[in-house]
Amino acid sequence: MTIDFKPHETFRDDFVYSNSDAAILRFPFPFPEDAYRYVVNLEPHRRGGPTAAYDAVFDTDEHYIAECRDRAITLAADPRRCQVLPHMEVAAWDTLELIMESLAADYPVHFSLFRTGDEWTWVNRPLGVEQNFIFGRADTLPQKPFEYITRQIQGDFTLQDQRNGTLYLDGGMVTCQADWSLDFDLGMSFMEWHGPVPGAHEAGVFDRALAFLLRLQHGAPVRRTNWTFTVNPRLDTSPENYPYWGPDRTTLTPENIGAKLHLRVELQTLFRLPRSNAILFGIRCYLISLQDLARVFKWAKRLHRVLRDLDPAVAEYKGLARYRSLAVDWLAQFDNGEKLLVGTAPDQQCLSK
Amino acid sequence: MQAEVASLENLSADLRLIRFKPLDKPQFPAASAGAHVVLALRAEQGTWRNPYSLTSRPGARHEYSIIVRRAGASRGGSAYIHDRLKKGQVVSLGGPNNLFWPATTARKHLMLAGGIGVTPFLSYLAAFAETGSAYELHLRCRGAEEAAFANLLFPWRHAHVHPTGRSSGFDAPKILSRQKLGTHLYLCGPDSFMAQMASAARSLGWPSSRIHQEFFGAPASGQPFRAVLARAGLTLHIGADQSLLDALEQAGIDAPCLCRGGACGQCKLPVLQGEPDHRDHFLTPQERARGDAIMTCVSRARSGELVLDI
Repeated sequence: MTIDFKPHETFRDDFVYSNSDAAILRFPFPFPEDAYRYVVNLEPHRRGGPTAAYDAVFDTDEHYIAECRDRAITLAADPRRCQVLPHMEVAAWDTLELIMESLAADYPVHFSLFRTGDEWTWVNRPLGVEQNFIFGRADTLPQKPFEYITRQIQGDFTLQDQRNGTLYLDGGMVTCQADWSLDFDLGMSFMEWHGPVPGAHEAGVFDRALAFLLRLQHGAPVRRTNWTFTVNPRLDTSPENYPYWGPDRTTLTPENIGAKLHLRVELQTLFRLPRSNAILFGIRCYLISLQDLARVFKWAKRLHRVLRDLDPAVAEYKGLARYRSLAVDWLAQFDNGEKLLVGTAPDQQCLSK
Repeated sequence: MQAEVASLENLSADLRLIRFKPLDKPQFPAASAGAHVVLALRAEQGTWRNPYSLTSRPGARHEYSIIVRRAGASRGGSAYIHDRLKKGQVVSLGGPNNLFWPATTARKHLMLAGGIGVTPFLSYLAAFAETGSAYELHLRCRGAEEAAFANLLFPWRHAHVHPTGRSSGFDAPKILSRQKLGTHLYLCGPDSFMAQMASAARSLGWPSSRIHQEFFGAPASGQPFRAVLARAGLTLHIGADQSLLDALEQAGIDAPCLCRGGACGQCKLPVLQGEPDHRDHFLTPQERARGDAIMTCVSRARSGELVLDI
């Protein structure tokens, strides 16, 4: 499959970003029903799903080159966005292998991996990379293995070590996060880093999710979606840079909200890694403006209903309390109240202009 | 996945080393230290599925190896491997999976093994050599197997073999009490051996988070019983030497499972009626007391009949 990249997009300052019709139709819309609640929404990460975003192990799309460049800008200003604790070295190599094997298998036009024993050659055509190295020898790569490979893929990644009957967040590359900090969470246990989520602890969601993840098997990855909103198509909404993006939330008006407010969806994947037995957590971020999303009739109606009826505590936690009613009012124009099919597929083949 | 028996090597009268090469794929998946595979063997009596620790180097993808000890009477899988398995034979391997891996944050790894329980530690040792981690291993075994185990452990400087019945320096409290803070303890062997070692460690003040055990060995046999499968509408008769899980699989039921040793929790099924005889290491005491779930790989019935929600 050949991807038409848009290398000149930006995710800061002038915000040159849009989704093509194809990108809109493949968006991983997260709401199967009109009401949203916290559940353990994990399912096997098999090829295929409601849209084409579920077709690859690591979904790669038209924003690939621009997102890799945005990550490099963030890392140059703050190298602590990528940290891996020393005991996660083997997990870092596992990650490099999984990503290289998957990208080369899913997008052979764009990526290739050649191996003779431990002597590997990695070819990344969109970024113009050709790298010979020895698998397992960090001194043969320009960066440490985890940083090296996660600079060349869309989405954030964290590494979880399993011990004492829980998971510890012991490494990550985090530059497109929805307001959480790797530097702050590094070394925390599963219950610690999920501490702030309202309502879900009482519902036993995290106990069940942890019990499930502790038994995650190699070769049987799982996935789920998560969501929030972001004003402007900004990838780096980190606590570290709150002064840059926090004030954006006061700039919405009924006139600009359709273009400025973006639904932010994370397609999260979890892999048990083979050599280290650690868990790799992929957090692939997708941004779509309300006006683009509204071109899919079902999604506009459903998003209106979900936002209108959302638990205020959840709205507060996700940081959208301030502009929620503005968004509900804007989306109301698309909702005629008709009954919608369960599921997240767009239910239309193409978009009208 | 499919694999071919590449070689068979008798290490002693009762120990056999089997090497496999991949058949339907160019390479096996990389495995971590302590991982196991489930070997499925088809014979006239049915299919045996037994878990075996991989003794090959972690990460090795062109060859897997296991070591199988001939078990006394029990279920026949090990007898088949010793008497009938041939070079070139095609077998099916499930996994690899890992329920017993070394702690990444340990300052030192202390391994205590009983007999064939040493197998997961063979892959540990290879992993520790690569990372340069501090380790110490003590293996207690029968005198007849001393030479075979000593050969296997020959490359590892801090691995010691102690045959039973001789005063050989295997003094668990002494070994345990001379370890430095930050050491993790791993136990693998017969249940009685592990219970004894774990209790020695705890009485010396080792925190339970530093004690790791591999639950190993074939499902214990017991009285025959009936299992009524409420949803499938079937009644199964479970023989004295057969596990409930084996019976479900032989009846063509797609029953969940992973470790086949009562440790992982994957095979848990709801019990609607009857009293389970819990033999697993997964359910909490409260869950056992409720009696509404059973781990089919090892547990049996106290009552003559169990009604299961499957």
